[in-house]
Amino acid sequence: MTFPVVQPGFWFATAVIAAVVLCSTVGEVLTAAAMKSIGDLDEIRAHSGMKGAIRAVVTCPLFFAGLIFLALAFFSLLFTLNHLNLSLAGPATASLTLVTNAIAGKFFLKENVDRRRWTAAVLVCVGVYFLAH
Amino acid sequence: MILGLVSVCTPLGDSCLSRGMTRLPPISLAHPSTLIAAVFTPWVALGIAFLICFFASYLTALSWADLTYILPATAMGNVFVELLSRFWLHETISLQRWLGVVLITVGVGFVARGPSLTVKPAAEGPALADKAEPAALKEHAL
Repeated sequence: MTFPVVQPGFWFATAVIAAVVLCSTVGEVLTAAAMKSIGDLDEIRAHSGMKGAIRAVVTCPLFFAGLIFLALAFFSLLFTLNHLNLSLAGPATASLTLVTNAIAGKFFLKENVDRRRWTAAVLVCVGVYFLAH
Repeated sequence: MILGLVSVCTPLGDSCLSRGMTRLPPISLAHPSTLIAAVFTPWVALGIAFLICFFASYLTALSWADLTYILPATAMGNVFVELLSRFWLHETISLQRWLGVVLITVGVGFVARGPSLTVKPAAEGPALADKAEPAALKEHAL
């Protein structure tokens, strides 16, 4: 049995989408920082096997901090999908997360977000918007 | 292949989650435990299985490439969904949606042609520069 999705107000939709985007961005930046500090997983797996690679990941505190925020983002997404259609929530969270991650990657991870990456992020954002409408 | 897995597992997982969550009655913030119970429903559980595959591939990719490289590169998942809808489900795709497909593909092409890892010129430079090479090789191997 499928329950009809009652479309909530603008501010409610904005708030739940913002919660997903915020938690997702913090989680992804922390996870990316953790994986950078660990090193190439393929090389670790080649030297220490799969157990060594898993041990390297699960013993990194930064990874667990990221995991907590990604879990918060996941439950926020479940809550959002319970109130909004996937056609709105999916593209909105995906495209906004791209932009916030590009900004966070530049300032927190010190990644080289050059004109090529900004162009790609904007093109993908506009593309996702067109797919959703 | 790793970036391909990330691209495919995300839309499949999201679709399963959406299907599962719309079959549940509206959940109130006053009863957050119902969100935990939702995890054990079949569609949400299947969605989580896809998202676990996504997460393992995503972590592997993050260990040899920048976050700002991986995220646009894996947006091809949206294009896969459109192509599946058109050629497998025989749905009609509007001109606007085809434009979206083209824009995403061009965006992914843009970022994929650049370096996958930031090479820092500081003391840690040589170590990162060494890593940039296998990352680039992995991309070309796809």
